[in-house]
Amino acid sequence: MTKTLVSIAAALAIGTAAMAEDVRVYNWSDYIDENLLAKFQTETGINLIYDVFDSNELLETKMLAGGSGYDVVVPTGTFLQRQISAGAFQKLDLAKLPNHQNLWDVIAKRTAQYDPDNAYSINYMWGTTGIGANIGKVTATLGADAPIDSLELVFDPANMEKLAACGVHFLDAPTEMIPAALKYIGEDPDSKDPAKIEEAAKVLEAVRPYVQKFHSSEYINALANGDICVAFGWSGDILQARDRAAEADNGNEIAFHAPKEGALMWFDQMAIPADAPNPDGAHKFLNFIMDAQNMAAASNYVYYANGNKASQEFLNEDVIGDGAIYPDAATLDNLYSVSPYDPKVQRVVTRIWTRVKSGT
Amino acid sequence: MARRGQRPQTVSGVAMRRLILIAIPYLWLFALFLIPFAIVLKISLSDTVLAIPPYAPQIDLAAGWQGIKDFFGALDGENFVFLTSDDLYWKAYLSSLRIAALSTLMTLLVGFPIAYAMARAPDEWRPTLMMLVILPFWTSFLIRVYSWMGILANEGILNQVLTWTGIIDSPLQILNTNTAVYIGIVYTYLPFMILPIYAALERLDGSLLEAAEDLGCSRTSAFWLITLPLSKNGVIAGCFLVFIPAVGEFVIPSLLGGSRTLMIGKVLWEEFFSNRDWPVASAVAVVLLLILVIPIVLFQRQEQKQREAEG
Repeated sequence: MTKTLVSIAAALAIGTAAMAEDVRVYNWSDYIDENLLAKFQTETGINLIYDVFDSNELLETKMLAGGSGYDVVVPTGTFLQRQISAGAFQKLDLAKLPNHQNLWDVIAKRTAQYDPDNAYSINYMWGTTGIGANIGKVTATLGADAPIDSLELVFDPANMEKLAACGVHFLDAPTEMIPAALKYIGEDPDSKDPAKIEEAAKVLEAVRPYVQKFHSSEYINALANGDICVAFGWSGDILQARDRAAEADNGNEIAFHAPKEGALMWFDQMAIPADAPNPDGAHKFLNFIMDAQNMAAASNYVYYANGNKASQEFLNEDVIGDGAIYPDAATLDNLYSVSPYDPKVQRVVTRIWTRVKSGT
Repeated sequence: MARRGQRPQTVSGVAMRRLILIAIPYLWLFALFLIPFAIVLKISLSDTVLAIPPYAPQIDLAAGWQGIKDFFGALDGENFVFLTSDDLYWKAYLSSLRIAALSTLMTLLVGFPIAYAMARAPDEWRPTLMMLVILPFWTSFLIRVYSWMGILANEGILNQVLTWTGIIDSPLQILNTNTAVYIGIVYTYLPFMILPIYAALERLDGSLLEAAEDLGCSRTSAFWLITLPLSKNGVIAGCFLVFIPAVGEFVIPSLLGGSRTLMIGKVLWEEFFSNRDWPVASAVAVVLLLILVIPIVLFQRQEQKQREAEG
């Protein structure tokens, strides 16, 4: 009995205290080639503990609560910016990151708007937010000229009313949906003016009755299985749905389009929490990820573009050659990015979002 | 002599042991209920800031007595005032209470016959039946709710079977609606309803029913006059066990419900995660606790009075 108790106590101590040879990584769901995790463990001998989340809000709450126990986390740019000012992260030690030279200056310039000098973070992946459509079902519903590359598909009530029958999911992320709705009505997508945001809310409320669910990860499976025919979601996730449907050979042909009116460009940044138990191991993990071949393997698997210039020669043709993942210069100009809301506007946004979702 | 000396010692020893025995549950309640509640209450009186942790003030023990005084001086009730300024909150409370009440009723309607049948079953069957009721607990709650998603989805098992048998032409939209939430709650909490009712019915003295029949009472009226009143305590316990957690339920509405499912658990989540407003989230939680605790206390007082009146 005593022996059991002692071993339970020992197990608990290991569970909470995070021994030196562990690295704990908290990343988005469906966001890495899992072979890389095994590769990291064999190469470094460090035990990698890999957890996933599907919302920035969840991650941010853990960061602000402190003592998350994670060594590497992956917030999106706007959230990263706020967490840096809350003191949640530690500066990177570039001496421990020889692969840092592999990074792509084009992306680094854009991420510097969230993390000045990129002192706290490296870019992991970036992408756009746009429209995933089940071509067969959407053309059957709206005809062959269905505007699958336009915000009209999801924000014009006339289209949505018809699409409701085959199912539409929106991201459960006001920071993605409100800028898109602002863009649709020709306003600045980064507007912080509550009156303008209210107008965007009207657009969303008009199509609200036809949205089956607001969720930020279920749409991958739902699109692939044919449970829904349209999702407003993240580029790589929709491309993953496309591939799952193709693998399952279930007759669902999924396509991703960045809206021609302009698409939100976002950046997921890897950073090390200020209270990380093993910052040394965290640097090793970042350096491992910044290796050109490893980063290419990750992108080849998840269909997101990365901020690693050196990795590009190892990317598969269906990744680097796909304009939906690596947009050409003209499309790149058409992408916009947004900045964080201050707490007051944030409350307005969240309240509007609750109203849009629940009708209350 | 030795014997006489021993006696008072034994008495105080017994008293001591009794005290310790009583102290254990109180300590338990103090450590696991009162202290966490005090922390939540404290945060609900704080203000939000962009820092770790995201609320202020913190107790500054280094500043000694002055620090504690400053801390209490900085607390205020403005978050509770804020809750009254937006109809979202009371709508969510009401909607949660309604969903919880309806699902408690449905759980009772499903659970009572099951408990009744179990209590009526031959003795040798009972352990097996009991086992069957408890069996679902051996699988993670989350996995069980997820499998309901698989059953209820548009391309899920239920719709496939219904389409295949020709009962429906197009799939029924059940997942992501309130119907799915009701199904989820009734399914998940059913054992909590069955077990207390079963315990009450099992203790029921069969000779009472025989006596009723001998006196010319029909089976139906014997059920209404004897079985039901005697199982009242089990029914009440079961209803509380289902109703209370169902009001604050978060997992079931977020997995099975649609965005129209307005429940206070979700509102709380949003305050906490989307707004990063821990103080308002805590205020929502404190109000929820009061909404649940006050009626229960009143109800128990009523019960006690009734018992005293009867006794």
